[in-house]
Amino acid sequence: MKKYRVNKTKHVDQTKTVSFDFDGKSYHGFEGDTLASALLSNGVHLVGRSFKYHRPRGIMSCGSEEPNAICQINEDTDLTEPNVRATEIELYEGLKASSQNCWPSVNFDIGGINNFISPFIPAGFYYKTFMWPKNFWKKIYEPLIRWSAGLGKSPTKPDPELYDHKHVHCDILIIGGGISGIIASKIAAKNNLKTILIEDKNILGGSTIFQKNENYKINDKYSGEWIDAEIAELKKLDNLTIKTRTSLAAYHSYNYLLAKENISDHLPLDKRNGSIRQRLWKIRADKVIVATGAIERPLVFNNNDRPGIMLSNSVKKYLDFYGVSCGLNNVIFTNNDSAYETAVSLKEKGISVEMIDIRKKSNSKIVKNAEQLGIKIYWNSTVVNTFGHKKINSIEIMNLSEDGSNVVGNKIRINCDCLAISGGWTPMVHMHTQSGGKLDFREIDQTFIPNEIEKNHINVGSCNGDFELEEIINNTNKKVKNFLKVSKTEFDNTSVLNSKELDKKNIWLLPNYISEGKCKSFIDFQNDSTAKDIKLALREGFKSIEHVKRYTTTGMATDQGKLSNMHALGIIADTAGVKMGTLGTTTFRPPFTPLTFGSIVGRSVDNFFDITRKTSIHECHTQNNAKFENVGQWKRPWYYPINDEGLHDAVQRESKAARDSAGILDASTLGKIDIQGTDASEFLNRVYTNAWSKLGIGKCRYGLMLNEDGMVYDDGVTTRLGENHYLMTTTTGGAANVLSKLEDYLQTEWPELDVYLTSVTDHYSTASICGPNSKKILKKLFPDKDFSDDAFPHMSYQNGKIDEINCRIMRISFTGELSYEINIESKYGKSLWEKCIEAGKEFKITPYGTETMHLLRAEKGFIIVGQDTDGTMTPIDLQMDWIVSKKKYDFIGKRSLYRSDTIRDDRKQLVGLLTDDPYEILEEGAQIVSDMSKKPIEMIGHVTSSYFSPNLNKSIALAVVKSGKKMKGQKLIVPMENKNINVTVSDSVFLDKENKRINA
Amino acid sequence: MFLINCPYCGERDQSEFTCGGEAHIVRPKQPTELSDDQWAEYLFMRKNIKGVQFERWNHAHGCRKWFNMVRDTSNDKIHAVYKMGEKPPVV
Ligand SMILES: [Zn+2]
Repeated sequence: MKKYRVNKTKHVDQTKTVSFDFDGKSYHGFEGDTLASALLSNGVHLVGRSFKYHRPRGIMSCGSEEPNAICQINEDTDLTEPNVRATEIELYEGLKASSQNCWPSVNFDIGGINNFISPFIPAGFYYKTFMWPKNFWKKIYEPLIRWSAGLGKSPTKPDPELYDHKHVHCDILIIGGGISGIIASKIAAKNNLKTILIEDKNILGGSTIFQKNENYKINDKYSGEWIDAEIAELKKLDNLTIKTRTSLAAYHSYNYLLAKENISDHLPLDKRNGSIRQRLWKIRADKVIVATGAIERPLVFNNNDRPGIMLSNSVKKYLDFYGVSCGLNNVIFTNNDSAYETAVSLKEKGISVEMIDIRKKSNSKIVKNAEQLGIKIYWNSTVVNTFGHKKINSIEIMNLSEDGSNVVGNKIRINCDCLAISGGWTPMVHMHTQSGGKLDFREIDQTFIPNEIEKNHINVGSCNGDFELEEIINNTNKKVKNFLKVSKTEFDNTSVLNSKELDKKNIWLLPNYISEGKCKSFIDFQNDSTAKDIKLALREGFKSIEHVKRYTTTGMATDQGKLSNMHALGIIADTAGVKMGTLGTTTFRPPFTPLTFGSIVGRSVDNFFDITRKTSIHECHTQNNAKFENVGQWKRPWYYPINDEGLHDAVQRESKAARDSAGILDASTLGKIDIQGTDASEFLNRVYTNAWSKLGIGKCRYGLMLNEDGMVYDDGVTTRLGENHYLMTTTTGGAANVLSKLEDYLQTEWPELDVYLTSVTDHYSTASICGPNSKKILKKLFPDKDFSDDAFPHMSYQNGKIDEINCRIMRISFTGELSYEINIESKYGKSLWEKCIEAGKEFKITPYGTETMHLLRAEKGFIIVGQDTDGTMTPIDLQMDWIVSKKKYDFIGKRSLYRSDTIRDDRKQLVGLLTDDPYEILEEGAQIVSDMSKKPIEMIGHVTSSYFSPNLNKSIALAVVKSGKKMKGQKLIVPMENKNINVTVSDSVFLDKENKRINA
Repeated sequence: MFLINCPYCGERDQSEFTCGGEAHIVRPKQPTELSDDQWAEYLFMRKNIKGVQFERWNHAHGCRKWFNMVRDTSNDKIHAVYKMGEKPPVV
C-alpha cells in the first residue's frame, strides 16, 4: 500500500485507515479516498470486463465520465446498488464492492472467449446474427446475451431508505464549484442575489484545488492556494447556499432544474440511522450560470483499453489530491500541453515519467519546465501498440509521417506500468444543450462550444471553451458582470500567470503499421465499440450520426458517451471527408448521470403513492368485514362476506336480500355537482340529451351526457332543488372530468349563461336503501313523513330531518327496486348509516357492495358507463333512443348522432345474451362470433357484463354486437379456450320489464 | 417545465395547468345546418404547427380558469397569455 501512496495531501487523512472489500478481498484506504483512489493505492487497476468482448479493463478517470470502473456495491444487502462508478464512491468503513460483467471472476472470465472471436463480432453483429432463426431468439440468444452482458444486479427487496424532494426558488443558480463557479458565486452573492452553488464532489475547487505549479499563478500565489482562500471567503457569504455532493441531473425549459443531493451515501451503513439518503432538488432559477468544466479526451490507438491506461489529468489528481501514484514507471501520451503538468508533478515527486507527443514541438513554458526537469520527450510520435494482459507492461511507439496520416521508421518499445493519455479537452456542454441551447464548432480546438442566444443562462470557464487560466478568470468575470449587470468586481484586476499553449494538433484516429481491420482502437470503452465499427457502419451506408451511434452502440452506455462522442464524430468526418462542424452532434438527454428511482419518486411510496379516498361510512364497512375495491381513488365496499363466504356466495346472498326484503349501499362516492344560477335549466338542456325545462321543483330525472362526437360520456340522476338550483350526480370515476368539461363549456362557449358549478362530492354522504321493505324502514327513520306513492312518488325528492339534522331524501332507483337515497352532511354519514342499519334490523337489512349493485342493475338492463360503453357507443347503439330529445335544437353531441358513421346500422349495439346452459356464466370481455366456418372468423362483438342472477336463477349477460338490435332470438357463439358456449340474443332487460317493483 | 403566467393568478409551474388544444375554434351556433364535412371540420380537424401556435390552457390546480396562450412549439417560448374572449395578440 505504501508503495503507491507517495504523497501527503490535506485532502486525504493518512492517519485514519478505512478498510473495505473489493471482489471479496480486504484492502485499506484512508479517509478522503474514493474507492478508485484506494484501489489504485493498493496497485489494483483491473476492475472489470468490457461489455462485449470481456476484455480486462481498469480505472480510467476520476469522475462521472468513468466508463470502466463500474461496481455493484453492498451486494447481498437491501441497499445493494449496481452501476456505481468507483471514481465517485467516497470510501467508508466496511464498504463492499465488486466488479460487474465478469463470471466467475474478474481475473478468470469465461466471457473473455468473445475477445478471441472478436473478428466475428463487428458493428451490428447482434442485429445481423440474432435475427434468425426466429425461435432461436427467445430460447437461446436472448438468455445468452442477458447472461453474458449483464450490467449489475438489481436489488430484489424493497428499498429501505428514505428519499426526499425539495422545491426551491433562487435568483442565481451556479452549476459547478470549480474556479469559474466560485468566481461567479462570489460576484452574485456579493451583489445581493439569492444564490445557490451546486457541486457534485464533496469539496469545492475543481481541478484548481490541487494545482501547485510555478507556471500557473494568480496574484502571485499558486492557483491552488489562491482558490483555497476564495473558498474560505465564499463560505462566509450570507445569501449563498453551497450544496456539495449535489449533481445536476436535468436542465429543463424556463430554468427549471433538477439536482440530486447525496446525503448519506458516503457514510458507513451502520451510521446512516435511517436518515434521508438522497434529496432531489427542484430548482426554479431566475438566472443560471453553467460552470461544469471540461472532460479530458482519450486518444484512439491500437489496444488503448488495457488496465493502467488512464486519462492524464486523472493521474495528476490521484497524485496531487489523493497522494497516489497510478504507476511507478509512467509514460504520458499527449497531443497538448496540459499533460505536461502531470509530467512535472510526477517528476517533482521523484517518480519516473516519459512523454510521447504527436506534435513536432511545443515552445510553451510548461514544456520547457518539463525539459529542464530532464523528462524525456518523444516528439512527433505515436503509440502503435500496448502490451500486458491484466495490466499494461510496455508500449510500442513509432514516428508520425510528415502529414500525420501514417507511421514511419522503427518501432521503439518502452516499459511502463501506467500510460497516461491526453487528447485535449471537451467542454461539458450537456447542460447548455439540455436547456435547448445550440452549439458551434471551434476548429482550432476541435470542440463544440455553446452558442448563446438565450437570455437567462450563460456558460463560463472551460465548459465555454476557455481552457487557459487567464482566459477562464478574465472571461468569467467579464461575462458574469454583463449577465448580472454589475459594474465592478474584486476580480477586475486579477493578475494571472499561465503557460500558454502555442502549438495545437489533433488526430482522431492515430495511424498504425498494423492494418486497420486488425487494430482494436476503442472509442466507447463501456460499450466496446471501436474505430473499425464506425468505419464499417459508414461503409454499410449509415450517414447520420444518430444512426451510426445506434448501429455501433457508441455513446449509448450508462456514461452516455462522455468520452466517446467527439472521437466518433471526428472519425466519421475524416472518413467521409466532411467538416466536423457540419455533422451536428447527438442529443444529450437528461439525466447527466443516472438517477436512482428512489430519488425520482421521493416520498410518494406506499401510502403516499396515491391519494386514498374513503367515505365517512368507511369504518362501518371495515367493522362489517367488507372487502374493498378501488374505484378511481375511492375505496368502495366490494362485498361483505359472512364467515368464509367467497365473492360469488356473498353476492348471491346480498342480491337476493335486496330484492326480497331490503339492502343498503354506500353511494357517497357518486360525483355530486351543485348547479345554481338563473340559466341552470338552459344549461342542463345543453349538456344532457333529454329536456330539462319542464322538470318540476322537487323532481328527479336521469340524464345522459355525450361528447361532441356523439358518444356516451357520463350519466346520472339530477334533482331540481329549487327554481334555479339543481344537484347533479355523476359516475364515481367520472366526477372530476365531468366538472372540468362543464366548466370548459361555461367559460369558453357559453359565457353568457348565468350558471355556477360547485363540486360537493365530499360534502354529502349517501345511504341508498332498496327492496320491498325499504319504505317501512324510511318510515321508521322519518316517522312524520308521508311515504305514500302519491305524496312521495318515484323520481322525486323531499327534505327530512334525523335528530334535527337536515337530510335530502331522493326516491330513485338503480336496482329496479323500490328505493330511497338519503343524503346527509358528510360528518353525519356514519351515524346515518348506523341508524339505517338499526331501523332495518327487523327486515334483515343487508349491506351490499359494488358487485351486487352491478348484478342488480344488470338484471334490470341498466348500463354502467365505462363498463358497457367504451367511448364508441352512442345512445342509439345502447338502444336508449328514448332519452334523446327530438325537439331540442341542440345539445352537446347532437349533430354527431346523424353523421354517416353514427347512423350505420351495422354498428355494435347493446343486447342481452342468455346462455343455452343457464348455469354457464360468460366471461366479461369474451369475444362473440356467429360463423365459425369462414376463416378468419369474424369477431362481431364482446361481452360487457355477465353474472349469475339469483333472482332469475340463470346466467345473464350484456354484450355489444354488430347489428345486435336486429338479432333478437338469434343463436351466437362465445368461443373460449377449451369450449364454445352457445348463446341466444335477448332483450337487455331481464327482470321486471313492466317496472312493477319500483312501486311495490 | 414551463413557467406559465396565469392571467388571474400570475406565474405558476406548468404542473398546475392542463392544455386544451388549439384555441379559437368556435363551436358552431347552428350545428344542425352543417353538412357532415363541415361538422367534421369542427369536430376533428386540429392544427399541429411547428412554430407559433394559439392554445387553450386551464389553470386546473389553481383558479380553474381557461385562458389562451401563444406558444412557439419549436422552442416552447410563450409569447403571450390572454383571457378568454380577448382578441388574440399579433405575434
Ligand atoms: Zn389561475
